Amino acid sequence: MSLLRTFETGLRGIASHRLRSILTTLGILFGVAAVISTVGIGQASSDAVNSRIASLGTNELTITGGAAVTAGVRGGAGTAATLTMADVNGLNDKGNAPDIVAVAPENQASTTVVNGSINATTTVEGSSADWLTANARTLSDGSFFTAQNVSNHALYVVLGTTTASNLNAAVGSQVTIAATPFTVLGVLKTSGGSGFSNPDDLAVIPITTDQDLLAGQGKVQRIVVAASSAATIGSAYAEADQLLLQTHHVTDATAADFSIVNQSSFLSTAQSVTTTLTLLLASIAAISLLVGGIGVMNIMLVTVTERTTEIGLRKALGATPADILRQFLIEAATLSVVGGILGVGTALLVGVLLPHFTTIAIAITPLPVFVAVGVAAAVGLIFGVYPAARASRLAPIVALRSQ
Amino acid sequence: MPGPLIDIRNVCKVYGSGDVAVRAVDDVSVRIQPGEFVAIMGASGSGKSTLMNIVGCLDIPSEGEYWFAGEAVQNMTERELATIRNRRIGFVFQQFQLLAALSAWRNVELPLLYRHGAERRELAMAALESVGLAGRAQHRPTELSGGQQQRVAIARALVTDPDLILADEPTGNLDSGSSGEILQMLVGLHTAGRTIVLITHDAHVASVASRQLLMRDGRLLEAVPA
Repeated sequence: MSLLRTFETGLRGIASHRLRSILTTLGILFGVAAVISTVGIGQASSDAVNSRIASLGTNELTITGGAAVTAGVRGGAGTAATLTMADVNGLNDKGNAPDIVAVAPENQASTTVVNGSINATTTVEGSSADWLTANARTLSDGSFFTAQNVSNHALYVVLGTTTASNLNAAVGSQVTIAATPFTVLGVLKTSGGSGFSNPDDLAVIPITTDQDLLAGQGKVQRIVVAASSAATIGSAYAEADQLLLQTHHVTDATAADFSIVNQSSFLSTAQSVTTTLTLLLASIAAISLLVGGIGVMNIMLVTVTERTTEIGLRKALGATPADILRQFLIEAATLSVVGGILGVGTALLVGVLLPHFTTIAIAITPLPVFVAVGVAAAVGLIFGVYPAARASRLAPIVALRSQ
Repeated sequence: MPGPLIDIRNVCKVYGSGDVAVRAVDDVSVRIQPGEFVAIMGASGSGKSTLMNIVGCLDIPSEGEYWFAGEAVQNMTERELATIRNRRIGFVFQQFQLLAALSAWRNVELPLLYRHGAERRELAMAALESVGLAGRAQHRPTELSGGQQQRVAIARALVTDPDLILADEPTGNLDSGSSGEILQMLVGLHTAGRTIVLITHDAHVASVASRQLLMRDGRLLEAVPA
């Protein structure tokens, strides 16, 4: 029997049991749609995390001091005061570090900021005039303090939007930090990024003033360095590492009293989290696809049993075992492939409707679509083989007599 | 002169083994020449159905030889049996065995699906015409009377232009009027030169054939040589 005729026969077999075929197809349809949609949702959330982390600045390096060893217990990075303003000045030297465009020392402390009768606890950060560039931030109002202000120990503060609104403060307001009056010089633009703390809840003051009031003289917790671009981050890293090893007189790089981290390490952590979530969701969806496949097998077994007489007749009229095998395989595969294609359609529809009615983002990419349809077809063939083989082995006389 | 179409030599068919072995067909020998109309009679359990299965190449004998048109059927594989059934034998069953989902002409077309060649529709329509049902080609089996259904089945048996028509109780499910019609059709086919083997329990039905054989307890009696 030619393949075309086998197809015709298989399709007619499906058409003669419409309701059953539709229900079987539904099993595959939902399986495929679930796989594509969940992978799409995972993809979208992964994209969102990536873009938010990228907005934190991927051309940024954070240098922290070494760990303090107290009574044999090694503390966290930055617990030892190994960074100095001399390091900051050294990194700022274009001759030593040509790929570094901005260097901002940072001392962070959680402190209460007061505006009249309102007070708010926020992160007060002492830094240099390079802070904006190093952290890839911009102002929405006012101005940032200058290098001159820093060397003058000026009492100026720049507020994050959250802090500004909490304190009901604007450019020109007077606020009190550590019992010292500060003038609000500027307000930062809302940051799209989100690290481990709210980037819009902070107050930035000159590092000199910070050392006077909060951190202590000469103290630098960490240094944020911006490379000229994301492409030069590698050489910027090498320059900073080299310079600090030299100025700190460290010969063994593994014994360095500082560490340099990149935002891209956040990126890879976040990516691995979303990948795990996507895999989890997709594997649950894959199980539903498997259940759909078992549905196909179940229905094909019922079909073979119910059509025993037909199989016997076809064999009596000259169908070979291979003809019967092919006919039932084609029926099973057609149910699965049609289910798969309708599943893709459903997933595409979900992709359009979901963002319309919910806040869930979904990004449908070609790869899961092809994989899901391929798996659906394979499921149909694999789960169709057993019923089809059973049909092909039926003896024609036994089958004819079964009526 | 060509040899016999059917040459059965000392054929046995045994079901089961040991003490429970049943010899459904026991040492049967018979020759049927091309153009003969032979009725095989027998009561239920006589082994006539088993013999029919062997004659129709639906089953192979446990012992003995079966030569069909000069070919040794006892040595054939399932695939070769399928081919010989398709090319050389037209079946007419008691239950008609039409597929309910298919129209009359689609049913007649069935055996042609398992062989090469185009013009399936033309051949099927011509076969339906020859049994006087050209006007019912698009009807489903459920829309036809019993007699009409059996005529569709005869058309299906004829569509491949077989060497042998094998009819198993073709009138078993029909009223006497339709029965007479079907038997007349078989007689007509015989007159036109077809070889027909008719299996029946009914002596009256068997009487339309030109030669009658009787099965009893697996043995063939009154097997008068042609």
